Amino acid sequence: MSETGVIHDIGYQRYTGPRLGRGAGIGALYVHGLRAAFGLGRSAKAKIFPWLVAGIALLVAVIIAAIKSQFPEITFSYVDLDNQLSFMIIFFSAILAPTLVSRDLRSNTLPLYFSRPLRAADYVAAKFLAMVTAVWLLLGVPQFIMFLGAAFTTKTGMKGVWHEVQDLVPAWGYSLLWALLFAGIGLLIASLTGKQAFAAGGIVAVFLMTTPVVAVLAQLPSSAANHMAGLASPITLINGVGSYLLGSKIGLDIGRYGPIFVIEAFCLIAACLLLLLARYRKVSAL
Amino acid sequence: MNIIATQALTKTYGGGVTALSDLTVQVEPGVIGLVGANGAGKSTFIKIMLGLIAPTAGSVRVFDIDPVTDTDKVRARVGYMPENDCLPPDVSAAEFVTHLGRMSGLPRTAARERASETLRHVGLYEERYRQIGGYSTGMKQRVKLAQALVHDPDLLLLDEPTNGLDPGGRDAMLALIHRIGTEFGISVVVCSHLLGEVERICDSLIAIQGGRLLRADRISSMTTASDLLAVEVSEGTDQLAARLAELGLTVTRDDRLLLVAMDSEDAHDRILRAVTDLELNLHRLDQRRHRVAELFTAKETADV
Repeated sequence: MSETGVIHDIGYQRYTGPRLGRGAGIGALYVHGLRAAFGLGRSAKAKIFPWLVAGIALLVAVIIAAIKSQFPEITFSYVDLDNQLSFMIIFFSAILAPTLVSRDLRSNTLPLYFSRPLRAADYVAAKFLAMVTAVWLLLGVPQFIMFLGAAFTTKTGMKGVWHEVQDLVPAWGYSLLWALLFAGIGLLIASLTGKQAFAAGGIVAVFLMTTPVVAVLAQLPSSAANHMAGLASPITLINGVGSYLLGSKIGLDIGRYGPIFVIEAFCLIAACLLLLLARYRKVSAL
Repeated sequence: MNIIATQALTKTYGGGVTALSDLTVQVEPGVIGLVGANGAGKSTFIKIMLGLIAPTAGSVRVFDIDPVTDTDKVRARVGYMPENDCLPPDVSAAEFVTHLGRMSGLPRTAARERASETLRHVGLYEERYRQIGGYSTGMKQRVKLAQALVHDPDLLLLDEPTNGLDPGGRDAMLALIHRIGTEFGISVVVCSHLLGEVERICDSLIAIQGGRLLRADRISSMTTASDLLAVEVSEGTDQLAARLAELGLTVTRDDRLLLVAMDSEDAHDRILRAVTDLELNLHRLDQRRHRVAELFTAKETADV
């Protein structure tokens, strides 16, 4: 007779299922970071800010789409949306970058990551891509809503839709540039401190304190200095690259110095990634 | 088969600090105590085994795999519990251990199942959905142990697992480690600066001092070889000590006791004969197991 209603401790069971290795770990860390960016799987408090920012961005997009459908003569392009939302992106990055990296530093979790197959480069790559995706979604989705508004109200049929697509795709690329630069600079600053408030303050400072420098340079009596003034601040740098590559005038007049803006943007992103990698190489050996 | 084998392992940090020096040791499966004072090189040894830092000279193999070149293969089979606090306060234990299981390459559902199973094994089942920030030190240590176990490793490296625990918590943690080593079939290396603590649960001991190997052996062979006989007589202790020394026995005086090294089978009989010859009242004659700590102190003074 067997006793019923007794829970037997079946003891420790060895795991015999599949082990997916390093690639799956990177993927999981990426998804984890992206979810954390929008507060998913975190407390209700952590959801407030990202969804407030996302909500405002979406609302702006819907309003613009509505206005443009009523007054086609208004020229507010997809690229303009990015520039109008620049302050929102600064604050979003200032909250997001510390969430992604400072928390791990603060609670000293890194030894647990680096005693697993994950490497410093994998950790940096997963966090960087998560932040790039989050910032890009924040800009790309409202742009897509603007596109939907334009596509459904166009008066020239498929030709009009195709015209909008040709505008949307470069604008998505421009948003990606924003995302890459903000992720690089934001994560680099956040990786230096475990205190989220310090990291957030540092990020806002880098983006906002450099704008007066641009304003001063733009006032100098040299046309070369005026044209290159945008190089001094990340946001005007992106504007410059956009002006050059998309052929539209965004923000300052960059004259014929476009290639310099492209080179600086590329070098800046690369430098941020290399410094991040060096930083985590050092941390992972501890 | 050896689970860990090192050959003249040396690690010198920049600035000429030698953390490990010429360490050669073979470790068999079981529960292994790695003892030494703070700064003796225990943590450095663990980091080299995990492939976190490369040795300056010499070689190390874990499960016959080189952690310097095949880091992933070693880490897949090893679980590591760091000494310091390493848990985020604002997530639940279940979530955190699941996340680290996925970092070790477990699929999503498997990671979740393994996380709740390991948390149950370390004694945190009801509480696993609470945020870690509200846990006691003992519970946090258990979460740290669970994250090292989640991917079902073949070897656990525990750095000072009883750190910060009260005596009751210490005993519970040591019992848990002993169970993992014996019932779960997972080898465990327990780092500690408290010899008395690890000798209770270990099969073998590695003692290091200043980066050098002091002694590495099975506990059983360390203790039997040097058992002592404690002799107590009502009076005439000095007289008996002199007589025993004449008989060629090694005698040390410990207050009212005489401690005689049991170097041969008939030591027992020879002591009894000496006592009757001197017509002394024998109060007690019993066998004492050396505490491992005494072995190390004796060895250390001999080295000096």
